[in-house]
This record gives sequence, structure tokens and C-alpha cells, in this order.
Amino acid sequence: MRVIILGATSAIAEATARLYASEGADLLLVGRQQAKLDAIAADLKVRGAVRAETAVYDLAAPENVRSALAQFCATLGGVDHVLIAYGVLGEQDEAEQLTDVAEEILQVNFNSVAAWCLAVADVFEGQARGSLVVLGSVAGDRGRRANYVYGAAKAGLATLVEGISHRFASNGPRAAIVKPGPTITPMTEGMNRKGALWATPEQIARVARRAADRTGPVFYAPGRWRLIMLIIRNLPTVIFNRMSI
Amino acid sequence: MRSFVSKDDIRSWGGILQGQHFVSRPNWRDQLPRSIAEARDADHSLLAIGLGRSYGDSGLNPGGALVDMTALGRIISFDPATGLLRAEAGISFADILDLFVRRGFFLPVTPGTRFVTLGGAIANDVHGKNHHLAGTIGRWVRRIGLLRSDGTEIELRDDDQTGLFAATIGGLGLTGLITWAEIELMRIPSALMDVETLPFANVDEFFAVAAESEGSADYTVAWVDCLAKGNALGRGLFTRARHAPRGTKLARVEKPKLTVPFSMPSFVLNNLSIGLFNSLYFYKGRRAAGKATTPYLPYFYPLDSIGHWNRIYGRRGMYQYQSVVPPVTARDATTEMLKAISKAGEGSFLAVLKTFGEKVSPGLLSFPQAGTTLALDFPNRGQLTLDLLSRLDDIVREAGGRLYPAKDGRISAAMFRAGYPAWETFAQHVDPAFSSAFWRRISE
Repeated sequence: MRVIILGATSAIAEATARLYASEGADLLLVGRQQAKLDAIAADLKVRGAVRAETAVYDLAAPENVRSALAQFCATLGGVDHVLIAYGVLGEQDEAEQLTDVAEEILQVNFNSVAAWCLAVADVFEGQARGSLVVLGSVAGDRGRRANYVYGAAKAGLATLVEGISHRFASNGPRAAIVKPGPTITPMTEGMNRKGALWATPEQIARVARRAADRTGPVFYAPGRWRLIMLIIRNLPTVIFNRMSI
Repeated sequence: MRSFVSKDDIRSWGGILQGQHFVSRPNWRDQLPRSIAEARDADHSLLAIGLGRSYGDSGLNPGGALVDMTALGRIISFDPATGLLRAEAGISFADILDLFVRRGFFLPVTPGTRFVTLGGAIANDVHGKNHHLAGTIGRWVRRIGLLRSDGTEIELRDDDQTGLFAATIGGLGLTGLITWAEIELMRIPSALMDVETLPFANVDEFFAVAAESEGSADYTVAWVDCLAKGNALGRGLFTRARHAPRGTKLARVEKPKLTVPFSMPSFVLNNLSIGLFNSLYFYKGRRAAGKATTPYLPYFYPLDSIGHWNRIYGRRGMYQYQSVVPPVTARDATTEMLKAISKAGEGSFLAVLKTFGEKVSPGLLSFPQAGTTLALDFPNRGQLTLDLLSRLDDIVREAGGRLYPAKDGRISAAMFRAGYPAWETFAQHVDPAFSSAFWRRISE
């Protein structure tokens, strides 16, 4: 199995890569910092990866997505799974006041990811197989004042991936959006991460790995968020507006 | 202190001690110098923490900074020809076993839980049931990456002449931040254990069967019914084991089957229930005595199958007590301790008795030394429990023994210093920016 991971230095991506490594996969890790990619690659090789290649690329500001993707595929001699795991939470307060901060959040979390998704979709359609797994967020299910710019990007991403999944329907390839709840990763560092709703990267990784083999296209991680978000999405506005969540 | 968050829920595994800490959980080793600098700039002392299995105050630094190392669990390299494994300090023994048992390698030394980090195991120079053959984990450490608070990262080798390697092994995290380490794994023929259980009727029988077993068995340990009195004083079950020569190398991955979701009310554990448990356990064990082949997980880590087992002791928590007394005084001191416990009626579920071999521990503050070790746990009943523990302290001290810092949270500075005469040499290697509640208690 040949797996390309875009945003391989994220904690959830690394945990998912370990699951692939234990299956003896060939991995290509793409990220911005060579030293970090090297550290992860060395670890994955001992954990069972047949190959763990690295490529340095600024994924959020891609120059030519299709040719870059072709190069990534060539490195592994083809591709079976693609995991897109990079993103940035951003500062909601700043994003409300400064347009370029908001645009940056949208560029990293939506525009650039959408470009990769569409390019991957073409590759998978051409070979009539393959699994695309994209990390979204429960924040995309209903806009909240705390992070709605980030949430809007993730909502857009969920719709895009659903659309790709629909395009693939009964055609071989798959596309899935994984929506984690709050997770203990560097992205949420500095928050008060106490309580039962916080998940570990390993918990999210298990869902992301499974998502590649199943018909989704929407996977909540951990699964209990499906119910929680069903309730939150359906709360009447008068009630929702009184809540500070 | 940008990368630190204030937390007030960091507790010792015994559950008695708790404090407010500033905690940072870096994902990359290159963030560690910044964490150290931030803590220093804010005038907070530092301590690394792993999976938090230390029972007392050696893993706490109230009011100060903690660097949680558990996200740093990457393997740096592994050589199947030599068994040398180099990994970041936050890797857990559970992770190492999951990866390497199937390849025919095992930890050279393991404590009774696999939920410890490599760094924590080295900082406590942990021992296991094979002490008479393998000594402590420190004997299997070849290299340590140590980050000092002045920003220098030192690669310590086992042939180090400066004393810093010997101070860092068993050094309770006080000589700087252990960032990675290289240990030698040992080869095993299978993931199974051949285990033999032998009941013994009293302390004398324990010493007889221990002496007889150490030549032939790789692993030995005994459970003692410490509420038994009179002629039955010191009765228990002795197990001796070895890695089974044949069988599968694949271990069934065992998830905690049940977990204790919250602290149990303290009336659940009383002398009646503990006494009943001990008697039942003894008679059940005696009936089932004999030879058996079992997977390695339930043999080495029976309690790991119950998540948060420490919560059965309730909100008031428990005291652990582990002593070692030298061979010459072992028999008398052990008998006297068991008598004191039985007389006080303060029962312990998990009384464990083992003889340590002659293998010298490499650390200046390593706990194991030749002799007999007794490990006990007591539900916290306040002054009653403390009185019994200080009675035990007197016996241990008189017998020329000492206590295990990883399990202590209580003894006097004088008691510690008497047991660890090398502590002053050790103190010269302590990094001035590092400290712990334990260290302040026994050094000031």
C-alpha cells in the first residue's frame, strides 16, 4: 500500500502514519520542515514501514498542485491512499479585525486543501481506485463565535469532500472527511484541555485509518461527536445564542 | 511561560499528594531548550514527567514547571543485530513491547507496569523480577541524551568518567532533562512464559524456596498474605518463571478490560475485605499451584488490565512502601516487619517479597542492592497508617536498609540520607534549575 500524507508533521497525521507503518505501508511524508520529517520517517521505518520517504513542500501556498502531486506519486511509484492533515486554527479575534488574517485562515484550511483534493480526485478517477481522507472539524458543523472563520473553512471542506465522494460513487475510489472533536495536539496547546470531551491524536488516527476503507463520507472522531453535533446543529437559535460554547 | 499551562490536578499515583503546576507538553525535541528557558525566565524550577506512575512526591514539583515528555515517543534507531534501541525519552514500555516482542526482543528489565516511559524508567533505575540475573535497567543503558538548563545537550555514555551518567541513572530527573536514551533489548524465544507457583507457609520457607530458585529461574517473586498471624505469618505464593522456549511471538494485544471510573468510597476497602481477599487469594493460589504457560502480559503486568486501579483506594489515596534490607539482617527484619503489619491490622493487598541479587546498580541513588525487598500498599487511614509506616522505617533503618524514592512521599531527610550515603556526591550533579517536591524534602 502506497500512502501520501500531506501535513505529515501534525500530531494526528503522525499517529495515523504509525498505523500505516504497522501494516507495512510505503509512505511519503510531505511537510515544511525536513528535520521533523526525517525524525518521523526514522521512527516509522522501525515501526514497520517498508519505505518512509520525505518531501519538503509549502502545502498551504502551492505553486502547481497537479505537477507536485504527480511528483509525489512518482516517488512511491503510484498511490493508493492520500491523507490531508494540515491546518491552522488561527486567531478568531484577529481574523474579525484584519482581513488578511481571515484570508490566511481560509487559504490554509480551505483554498489550498481544496486544490489538493481536486488534484487527488483526478488521479484516483484516472486509476479507478484510491482513498482520499481529509481532516475536517466539528467546528464546521455550526458556526460559533469562538472560531467561525476556521469553522467556515472546515465546513467548505466537508462539502467539497462530500461532493468528491458523490462524484466517485460506485466508481471505485473513495473520499472521506474526518471530523475530530477537540484533540490534544500542538494546535490546541494553551487551552484548558481537561474533561472527557478531549481526545488523543491516537483516537483520531484510528478513525482516519478506518475511514480510508469504508463508505462514509463523514466520520466523526471519536464517534460520539456524531450525536453531540446532531443535537448542536438542531438546537433552536434562541437557545444556541444563549450558550457560550 | 507561553508554552506552559497552569494545572491543579496533577496527582501522584498514590493519590495522596497533589499540587498546582505549570505544564508544557512539547511535541518536538527542539522545543525543549525553549521550554527550559521559559521556566527559568519565570523563576520556576523544572522537572520532567512521564506517565505519572511514581507513587509519592518524586514526580511532583508544586508551584514549579513540569515538562510532560509523553508526546516525545519516537524511535530514533534500532539495530536488530545488537538489539540496541535508541528512542526519545517519552516512549512507553508498552509501546516498545508492542513493537518488539513480535520480532523476538524483550525489555531487559521491566517493572510491574508497562505504562512507564523510558526516561522515567532510567530516572528511577527500575528493577523487575529478574533482578538476580539482570540487575536494574540502568545496567542496560548505553547512552543518554541529557539537556542541561544552561542549554547544553550532553551525550552521556555508560563508560562516562565524570559521574554524570551515574548520577542520571536513578537520578529522579534532577540532573537535567533526559531527552533520549539507548538501551539494549534482550532476545526472547517466544511471547509466552513458563510459570511455576509454589505456596510457602512462612518466612523461613520463603527464604528456602527463593534460594533454591535463583539458580534456575529467570524471574522470581512472591506474594505475601500480610494479615496472616502466628504460625501462618509470612505465608504466601512464590512464582518462578522463564520465557517459554517455544510458542508464538505474537502477543494478544490486551486492552484494559475494565477501568475504575472514579475513586471508590473508602469503606469498600477495610480490614475485613482486605483480609478476606488475602485469604481467598492464598487458598485459591495454593489449589492452583503448579506449572502453567501463560502470555507475557498477564504474567508481568496483572494490574495493567485494570485502568486506574489506584482509584480503588478512594479519594484519600494510598501509601506505597518498598524497602530493601541487606542479606545479613533480611530474615529477621522481614519477619519483624510482617509482625508489625499483622499486629497493626493494617492490611495490604499487594504485599510483594523478593530477593535482590548481587548485581551492582549503576546509579548513585539507585534503590536496589543485595538483600530482600518488601513492597506494600496501605489505604490511607491518616495517623494510624503513618504510625505503622514509621514503625517500619525504624526496622528498616536498624537493619541497614533503605526505601525506594519512587514509592515514597513521606520519610524524613535523615532516613533518606542514612540509606543513600552517596546523596552528597549526587547533589553535586543536580542541575540548579531542576527540582522536585521529593528533592526539596530530603535535601533542605
